[in-house]
Amino acid sequence: MQLFLPIAEVSVNAFLLLGMGGVVGFLSGMFGVGGGFLITPLLFFIGIPPAVAVATGANQVVASSVSGVLAQLKRKAVDFRMGFVLLAGGMAGSVAGIWVFARLSAAGHIDVFVQLSYVLFLGLVGALMLHESLRSLLRARGSAAPVRRAHTHTWVHRLPLKIKFRASGLYVSVLPPLLVGALVGFLAAIMGVGGGFIMVPAMIYLLGMPTRVVIGTSMFQIMFVTAFTTVAHAVTNQTVDILLALVLIMGGVIGAQLGARVGVRLRAEQLRILLALLVLVVCVKVALDLLLTPSEFYSVTAGRLP
Amino acid sequence: MIRLVALWLLLAAPAAASDGEQIVAGLSQNAVSITASFVGSEILIYGAVRRESPAPTGAPLEVIITVEGPALPQIVRRKDRRFGIWINRAEVTIDRAPSFYAVASTGPLELILSNTEDLRHKITIPRAIRAVGIAAEAEDAPTFVDALLRIQTDAGLYSRAEGAVALTEDTLFRADVALPANLIEGDYRVRIFLTRGGVVVDALERRIGVRKEGLERFFTRMAFEQPLAYGLLALVVAVVAGWGAAAAFRLLRP
Repeated sequence: MQLFLPIAEVSVNAFLLLGMGGVVGFLSGMFGVGGGFLITPLLFFIGIPPAVAVATGANQVVASSVSGVLAQLKRKAVDFRMGFVLLAGGMAGSVAGIWVFARLSAAGHIDVFVQLSYVLFLGLVGALMLHESLRSLLRARGSAAPVRRAHTHTWVHRLPLKIKFRASGLYVSVLPPLLVGALVGFLAAIMGVGGGFIMVPAMIYLLGMPTRVVIGTSMFQIMFVTAFTTVAHAVTNQTVDILLALVLIMGGVIGAQLGARVGVRLRAEQLRILLALLVLVVCVKVALDLLLTPSEFYSVTAGRLP
Repeated sequence: MIRLVALWLLLAAPAAASDGEQIVAGLSQNAVSITASFVGSEILIYGAVRRESPAPTGAPLEVIITVEGPALPQIVRRKDRRFGIWINRAEVTIDRAPSFYAVASTGPLELILSNTEDLRHKITIPRAIRAVGIAAEAEDAPTFVDALLRIQTDAGLYSRAEGAVALTEDTLFRADVALPANLIEGDYRVRIFLTRGGVVVDALERRIGVRKEGLERFFTRMAFEQPLAYGLLALVVAVVAGWGAAAAFRLLRP
């Protein structure tokens, strides 16, 4: 069944979209990630204009984080004060991202910029995850694990403007969380992702937050930042396609429920290796599009009448 | 049916008309609706040639039909390798090029249409594109126009079908023109030309309105006219769908 998307102005197979949403939802439920980093490149591959794919990807992340946040709230696993600091940074980053996005779209460089961002961040995060999980797998097999101190003092703790984050048991400067939030907000606007893959490691290793509150707090921030980004894209670029988002979300929610059930049966290290490999595969696919000689050197974009 | 209509038109035609050959034509539809299930459309263009005197002898009668979508500025960009990756470097803005253009004819255009007439009526695809002053924008500007033609042709937006117009007994003609799914909204211009020996004898113009309808229309108008409300609606849809479906799943599971 073909479905004509009003904003993307292309006709695509509704079942293909539903299936894509389902598969990404399945993976995100299994690995506990938002899935934005998979949805957006997949939309590029099936011919959705990048601007629409990014803005609609952000909208899809809103849907997938809502149910997650509710579950985390019940568990009291959200550090609200930290969440709001991250959110303030996120909004600022998102505004900057939207502005850069609009400027680059006009100059015709948005596709390359989005693709490069994907290659850079997916490559970095995928490689780090693979390295980390392989090491922990080897460690589990071999000798005793090295002692890791719960709280180490680094340069982060010497910065000014310190405040107390009770739920996390931290007394740190607001600058690092603001910056982390801003980076994530920027990526949300440019790449249509939630940015959990950047924020979660940053919260654990940079800020030293306890793992207990990391997921809930990051989801809390992601939900509001992607919501803000969706509205900002709708207002500045008119590139949010509700129909496209709706079909993706439908598939995604069902897939996520099934994925979560499969996920609990697998071991954490195996899951992380699989996720790392998946991230790297997407990274390589996007990179090849940039590196290989294209079959058509020219592209056409319809302008607007003056 | 078409033949009957044509015959009736031939017989009922006022006797005072000029002595030349005139086109009488109709379209299978005057409007095309883009709905959620739109996969393209096919329009039938039919008609007849009305004559007051016997058909002239000599050069045979030929028919050319064009269907043209709204013209827009088109930005053509070329990729070049920089730092190992392929990025857009040169760019040329073509003032106005039709978003859709189909030419159907009874025979090869080179034979049935003279260059002067093509220039005057802008019938073939390259003539329908207005690219003024592009030479200053890039070194090899004409290749950008060629690229536009190639890309739009590959996307099914530009087409040239020689022999696609069926002409019966130098009087009745018909052609089917396929409109693809990736149409833009606007008034589509249908032109019919009669030629003899490369010279246009008569021309006729009709319009087809291509409009989004239903849900498509609602979302597009809202997105451009009330973007804030549209953005908020997108959020509501996301929250309700995300939360609602998760809740439904929980109910289904014992």
